[in-house]
Amino acid sequence: MLFTVLSGLITSGLFIPFGKYFRTKWGAVIAILPILLFCYLLQFIPVISTGITLYESYEWVPSLHINFDLRLDGLSLLFSLLITGIGSLIFIYASSYLKGHSYLDRFYGYLCLFMASMLGIVLSDNIILLFVFWELTSISSFFLIGFNNDHADSRKSAITALSVTGLGGFFLLAGLILMGSIAGTYSIGQLIESASIIKNHELYPIVLGLVFIGAFTKSAQFPFHFWLPDAMKAPTPVSAYLHSATMVKAGIFLLARFTPILGGTSAWSYTLMIVGGFTMIYAALHSLFRTDLKAVLAYSTISALGILTFLIGIGTQEALIAAITFTVVHALYKATLFLTTGIIDHETETRDLSKLSGLRKVLFPVFIAGTLAALSSAGMPLLFGFISKDLIYEATLHSEQHLALYLTIAAVLTNVCLVAAGFMAGIKPFLGNLPQQYEKVHLPDQSMWIPPLILALLGLAFGLFPAVAGYFIVSPAVTSMSAETVNAHLQVWHGFNTVLLLSLVTLALGSILFLYNKPDSRKLTLLVPLNKVSPQNITKKLFKKFVNFSAWYTNIMHNGFLRSYLLKIIIFAEALLAYELFIGGSIYIDYTQLSPISIYEAVNVLILIAAVGLTVTTSSRLTAVVGTSAIGYAICLMFVYYSAPDLAMTQFTIDTLTVVLFVFVLFNLPSFINQANNKIIIRDSIVAITFGTLLSIIAIKVLQVPTDITISEFYGQFAYTLAKGKNVVNVILVDFRGLDTMFEIVVLSIAALGVYSLIRLKLKSSEKD
Amino acid sequence: MELLLVFLIGVLYAAGVYLILRRSMVRLLLGIILLGNGTNILIFLLGNIVKGKPPIIGANLKVFQDIYADPVPQALILTAIVISFGLTSFAIVLLKRVYALINTDDLDDLNTPEEEEDL
Repeated sequence: MLFTVLSGLITSGLFIPFGKYFRTKWGAVIAILPILLFCYLLQFIPVISTGITLYESYEWVPSLHINFDLRLDGLSLLFSLLITGIGSLIFIYASSYLKGHSYLDRFYGYLCLFMASMLGIVLSDNIILLFVFWELTSISSFFLIGFNNDHADSRKSAITALSVTGLGGFFLLAGLILMGSIAGTYSIGQLIESASIIKNHELYPIVLGLVFIGAFTKSAQFPFHFWLPDAMKAPTPVSAYLHSATMVKAGIFLLARFTPILGGTSAWSYTLMIVGGFTMIYAALHSLFRTDLKAVLAYSTISALGILTFLIGIGTQEALIAAITFTVVHALYKATLFLTTGIIDHETETRDLSKLSGLRKVLFPVFIAGTLAALSSAGMPLLFGFISKDLIYEATLHSEQHLALYLTIAAVLTNVCLVAAGFMAGIKPFLGNLPQQYEKVHLPDQSMWIPPLILALLGLAFGLFPAVAGYFIVSPAVTSMSAETVNAHLQVWHGFNTVLLLSLVTLALGSILFLYNKPDSRKLTLLVPLNKVSPQNITKKLFKKFVNFSAWYTNIMHNGFLRSYLLKIIIFAEALLAYELFIGGSIYIDYTQLSPISIYEAVNVLILIAAVGLTVTTSSRLTAVVGTSAIGYAICLMFVYYSAPDLAMTQFTIDTLTVVLFVFVLFNLPSFINQANNKIIIRDSIVAITFGTLLSIIAIKVLQVPTDITISEFYGQFAYTLAKGKNVVNVILVDFRGLDTMFEIVVLSIAALGVYSLIRLKLKSSEKD
Repeated sequence: MELLLVFLIGVLYAAGVYLILRRSMVRLLLGIILLGNGTNILIFLLGNIVKGKPPIIGANLKVFQDIYADPVPQALILTAIVISFGLTSFAIVLLKRVYALINTDDLDDLNTPEEEEDL
């Protein structure tokens, strides 16, 4: 299992050095990877269908309880089969769809990364690990959506998708950590065991809310749905893979995975039913107004995700069976429809429904695939979609008494619209007369039309033999979501009952709606008044405000003026120091400890202060330099008084050198111009005096603390006995801390080299401006 | 006497901060030098202040018999003085170079106007 997850990541990495070999027709070779993984996973079906869960564990960060724990149960197996199975077909399809694209290798790299991260999500047994892969899908989908990075639209959609799903990711992470700390474990298996602790904890509603936001953003639930139609800017294989079969299902997977941990409460059920129910109706209605094939599909996908959320919310065993079955059904028919759309787009270079017609004459196999998928989505008997539709109606009818009617009406309404949307996308382009401009359209490479046909035929096969799917795929998946073993009996024929009646009514109404709902771009204008309050618009405005705020903040905090930075840093430091001193207790001065003041010292300090005043106020540069050197000499005298001869000598030498250097360099500079007005001078003076005062107070506090002289005593005692030196300061520098001094010399040498080379460097005339 | 030093620290820091908030590069540099001096005295204050007793062991002795000035702050300050000289000297030469290039001592003239980008 570890290799299942890592192989995609490794392959993706290998594209960096070896990618150029895959830009040619050999691109399809890379499809071997998902095919192999698919076959490898297929062999687990018999084992998993007996209800066993396989585990694998590798230590990663054991101290934080984050391990590379993997689990394979019914639910993960179902999703990983979808990911690798549909992935294989997409890989093959893309090799033709993007034939000759100069970044084909990059595309496959992203796709492998994406596939590996999806597998990581569904196979993780550790919620932190799950989160890591969750974020990786957001990132890789960002690259895939923005694959045509020379289009501004593409880039914008990619950013929208990343910001919505990434934002959701933050909430999810918070929710997961909270959940993990309540239960004291990050392992999904152990979390399921402590489900009752989590559900009864006072923070449960917060955990639930955070996890929901994560799932809803990923699965494009209202009001976060808008990134998905935008994401249709991606190449069609990406839309087919990410936005129908896999990535958007990650949110659904998360809800399904957490059903045994968080599910079953009324907060869980009602939130999911309301959000899912609203999303499915809202998006289904929206899909009828679109004329762009991909937009129709995008909205019907959102609607389908709404149905899944809704079913998980109902939460009965029947509803879960319906949800799992519908996941498979939807993945099969939606991927097919996207792939046929991709072929139409590729061959006719348009996706406008009002222009496309009669393509069955030139794209016959594609027509078959599209029709089968559309019929499956409509729930035509003998196709897999029929069975899932039956299950959905059964689930709504058998839900709680007072809700059953409303839920059923919502489901029927959604499905009627979806029937029409499915027909629009899968059948409409192929019916009618073939316009003249499309007569020369020809069937694309077989690697493009075979994948959708396979998927469509699978839908037919499962429709004819639903028990196989029910036993091997659906039952184990539902079992891993519920406490007991579940046997889902999927049948073609249920007898004459309400469910069948509802299915037929749906089909009939949907067909009528399809016939009367002619694709017309003018209909979109009907929606314009709604746009003002749409979440997309609100987000756009917020985004704009955020950008304005950032610009304002940058102007204030990062405006490029050194003194403005310094001012902020100093004021902040002052605030911190003042706070610390304020809470730090009283300040007192012990006068008995102080040494007396002699006249020399007093005069010296007076000279010093006069020199400081001169340096600060003078308008002549040379005077300021002289003032600074006077300060240095005065300090030097002070060192002489206070028993520090070495310091005095050093200070004297350095000060002299500095003045010489200053004068040597600066004698030809103009005098200071008065660049500040009084207001600024007063402001800076206040800041400066405050800083000086605070530092003085700190110095007083220093006096309060008795000096620890152990180290000094050590040096005093051993300076001669160990190091044979009598000047203790020198001994410290050259012996006890000799290595430090050596590095100091290195630093000085580097500075000296810098000084020397800057002085020697001659200016080129071109450098002067 | 310590109180005078405390006052001196305040004056040096205040003057240093005032100078580094100016537009002139030379004043900025002088401000840094003053801040360095203030810090040296603050470190000096950390040890006990003793007059006329340098930390040098007498001619015929192996260890100190009398009290002596704390050698550790002195060693630290010595290092600090030397390193800050490295910094100062490099900065001075850099300043000359900048002046030769753009003919000004005004920090604001160093800002390259960035092109306004559309967001």
